[in-house]
Order: sequence, then C-alpha cells, then structure tokens
Amino acid sequence: MVLKRNVSLATGLRYRGQGPMLTFVLHRIGGLGMAIFITTHILASFVGGSVGTFVNTIYESWIFQIFIFFCVFFHAINGLRITILDLWPKLIEYQREAIWVEWAVFIPLYGFAVFVIVRTALIGG
Amino acid sequence: MATKSRNLSIAQRGLTNFETMMWAFTRLSALAMYGFILFGMIGALIMGARTQMNFADVMRWAFMPNVTHVQNTNVPDLNLWASPFWKLTAIALLLVASAHGIHGLVVIADDYITTPRGRQIVRLLSIIFLVAMGAIGAYVIWTS
Repeated sequence: MVLKRNVSLATGLRYRGQGPMLTFVLHRIGGLGMAIFITTHILASFVGGSVGTFVNTIYESWIFQIFIFFCVFFHAINGLRITILDLWPKLIEYQREAIWVEWAVFIPLYGFAVFVIVRTALIGG
Repeated sequence: MATKSRNLSIAQRGLTNFETMMWAFTRLSALAMYGFILFGMIGALIMGARTQMNFADVMRWAFMPNVTHVQNTNVPDLNLWASPFWKLTAIALLLVASAHGIHGLVVIADDYITTPRGRQIVRLLSIIFLVAMGAIGAYVIWTS
C-alpha cells in the first residue's frame, strides 16, 4: 500500500484550496512549531546550566514570542473548530462559515497578544 | 442524496482500528487540553490571584500550571503551586499534550514517508520519543 503522488512541488504550490487549505497549512506549521519548541524547552530545563540559559534567552525574545503565540493560538482555535466539526459531522456542511468564525476569534485574540508582547518589548514589563 | 462517509456519526463509523482510535484521541485530547487550560486559570483564581492579573500571567496559569512557570506572576503564595496536586496536574497536561503532539508528528511524517517499512520506523521512533520526553518532562516538573 504505497501512496503515489504524481504531483510536482510547483503544481502543489499552485493549488488553490483557499480558506480550508490555508488553515490546514497553518495548523501544521503551528503544530510543528509547538512540538519543536516544547521539546527543546523541556530538554533545556533538563540540561540546565549555560546551555539552558542560552536557549531560554531565545525563547524570551519578542520575535520568538510573536511566533510561538501564533502557533499556540492558531493551533488551539483551529483545533477546536476541527474537533467540533468532527464530533458533530453534520456541521461539516458549514465548514467555510466555521472558518470565518475562527478568524473572527483568532484575529482579535492574537492581535491583543502581539500588542502586549510589542508593548512589553518597547517599554519593559 | 447519497450518504457521504464524512457525514456519518462516530457511532455509525465505528472505532475499529488503531488509526481511527488515534483520530478520536486527537479530538478528545484537544478538548481535554481546553479543560486543563480552564483548570489552571480557575485554580489560580481559587488560590487568590484575583487582582493585578495581566495577559502574560493568565497565559502562564492557562498553559503551564507549574511552579517554575508561575513564579513571576502575581500570585500570593507560590507554595500552593508547588504542591504535588499541581505537579501532577502539570505532568498530566504534559503527557496528554505529548501524546497528541507526537501522534501529530506521525501524521505529518506519513504524508512524506509512504513505504510500509518507513512508516514502521516512524512509529517505532515516535514511541521511543514519547516515552523519553514523557519521562524527562515528568522528572523536570516533579523536581522543579
């Protein structure tokens, strides 16, 4: 049972899946970002010492925080949409509307998080 | 209208194999993590953090209910957070999250690694990774 994909990368990038495709890609990026972050964070706490401190200074930078907050919030909110639609399968007919609701929740929440992070970076916490 | 498989209820589909059970686990553990988020925030409020909350503090209580993560937040008594109860809560959150996340990594890897042998290796590595990170993470939280 070997899956064959006769689709080139260029064709894949030209695929216009619109909203659902975008959430799929961002969900993966968010999940991967969190998996890498939490793994290195736990290992850094475990190792400790100067290595751990160095890794923590990366995590405390505002650029990294903007990235990881995107990962967490998007993955959490998109994951809640997927969970609701999958546990009540009849709702899948409304998945495009659900994605609009999702952005309506995500953008204010993430915008507020970015605002707080940038303000803290500029004037100190 | 022909019945589409995606419209079937979970009871009608049946949880017949491991992959389907993990599909269900991914959804249910997502709900469980929302439960943990509420649990951490409500716990912080019960332990007296009713005033001077800020966004970063709430995030720390929500996602990382463990004493090293909340020590910079405005909570009256850190010793309450250092109790075995909250350590076990944080470890439970870690284990649920790592099972969810590592299964997610396997799903992503399956899109690129398509031979049966390769997928077997991915699964073996994922189990080793899950056990190792679960043990290291639980140790870090328990001894913090």
